[in-house]
Amino acid sequence: MDKLDKELLYKIAELHGIPEGSYNIRKDGKSLARSSDSDIEITSRRDGREGIDIFVRPGVKNKSAHIPVILTQGGLLDVVYNDFYIGKGADVTIIAGCGIHNDTCGEARHDGVHTFHLEEGSTVRYIERHYGEGNPEGKKEFTPVTRVFLKKGSTLVMEATQLGGVTNTDRLTTATVGKNARLVIKEKIMTSGRERAVSRFKVRLTGENSTVDVVSRSVARDDSYQSFVSDVIGKNRCFGHVECDGILLDRARILSTPKIDAVSPEASLVHEAAVGKIAGDQLIKLMTLGLTEKEAEDTIIKGFLY
Amino acid sequence: MIKLENIGYAVKDSRTGKKNVILSDINLTFPDGSITVITGANGSGKSTLIKLICGIETPTEGRILYNGEDITGKSITERAKAGFTTAFQQPVRFKGITVGKLLDIASDHKNNLAGLCDYLSVVGLCARDYIDREMNDSLSGGELKRIELAMAMAKGGDVFLLDEPEAGIDLWSFDSLTRLFTKLRGKTVLIVSHQSKIIDIADNIVLLDKSGEPVSGTREEMLPRITANRGVCSVIEGGANG
Repeated sequence: MDKLDKELLYKIAELHGIPEGSYNIRKDGKSLARSSDSDIEITSRRDGREGIDIFVRPGVKNKSAHIPVILTQGGLLDVVYNDFYIGKGADVTIIAGCGIHNDTCGEARHDGVHTFHLEEGSTVRYIERHYGEGNPEGKKEFTPVTRVFLKKGSTLVMEATQLGGVTNTDRLTTATVGKNARLVIKEKIMTSGRERAVSRFKVRLTGENSTVDVVSRSVARDDSYQSFVSDVIGKNRCFGHVECDGILLDRARILSTPKIDAVSPEASLVHEAAVGKIAGDQLIKLMTLGLTEKEAEDTIIKGFLY
Repeated sequence: MIKLENIGYAVKDSRTGKKNVILSDINLTFPDGSITVITGANGSGKSTLIKLICGIETPTEGRILYNGEDITGKSITERAKAGFTTAFQQPVRFKGITVGKLLDIASDHKNNLAGLCDYLSVVGLCARDYIDREMNDSLSGGELKRIELAMAMAKGGDVFLLDEPEAGIDLWSFDSLTRLFTKLRGKTVLIVSHQSKIIDIADNIVLLDKSGEPVSGTREEMLPRITANRGVCSVIEGGANG
């Protein structure tokens, strides 16, 4: 692992080298390092496709697994399939994410397809960061797909963050939420220049008392474009809440498309969306505390996203 | 000392296009180290006057002097750095910014729990319960208002502009609020208020009237004039206790 690898790993997973516990570090389409134990076992896929299977033993608590991916070359398309099998009653944190350093003017792309199978009563905190850097002319692209299957009483909290340098993202997250299960998604996106980010959610609340809470906060600068599409279907007595807040700067554009479908008359679904410039009264308040307009703007954006 | 010279403020009505005069020919002096309560009927321009002094709005006529210097063209930030501190009538909400962070910004340094406790206990709040909470609608109107005042105290300064600081604060906490204002003795304090208990601590009172010049004087001079004016008297809440 060279200096660049370490810097990228720090950016996406706050790692200062090799992590503790189970991990799989993937670099430029190959596994760079892997460690696994009986609590969280990481193996190459049984179906022969690129990627890993991660098995979390039932009842395992307070353990974590790091599975970061780094790309340090242009002209590379890395497609990877990771499947997570979370045993009954387990409670773990999984830190994923991908950093691309592309010094060429070509394209570097990572498509991560992650599928989560949560057994009864299990809990996962899933953290995913995407980051790009290098030659501004070179494309840094992500097409993450996250599929979630939540069995009775299980919880997945997903924190997806993309705070700069990514030319193009097209994210798709789908979930089926069972009885008393809970899905929480917190998404934070910042785009600038001519970057483009699309985020699509499709959640099916099938179980009684199933819930989903999606909170998306985004900041779009310069000429960038973001699109947020949510589609929540309530098929039982359930609760769904989707909130999309976007701050626009310069000439940027944000499109928010809500769809809520109460198939069951017992479903309660809420969608809130607000897109616009920074509120003038927020800037003024911070300026009366002694900040300049620029400092006030930075403070508001930082608070909004971090 | 703050001196307003021939201040006028007018806006164009976006619907009719007509000029709407909010304030005209205002001449007032706020001496150093005095507490002045600005009162008057709704629409008499009290909040506008505060916004002109702290720089949120610019007068269309006249000038504002602070210690002899013309500050009419100075920005909000410049005035804030010069010692002007404002508490808004309607506290501003911030998604994602915590109460602790706002107090750090106001005081211009990173505070520890004890420091934050000093600011919040003055307004009757326990720091532990609030510093990590976002300044958003999860807080009640009264809580937001107290935090707004705590921010003003954390910022400090020489001139305090408080727009209806008591609004939304329950009567039980009122006495501690008036004690807070007496803590500001020695500073130049302007309070927009209709509350008799706040009027009671004023050195001077300014009575704004949309149809005429403002009347100002010491509390002793002004109280009989306020109580003699039925229109204004009905605005004063809690009865004026000369």
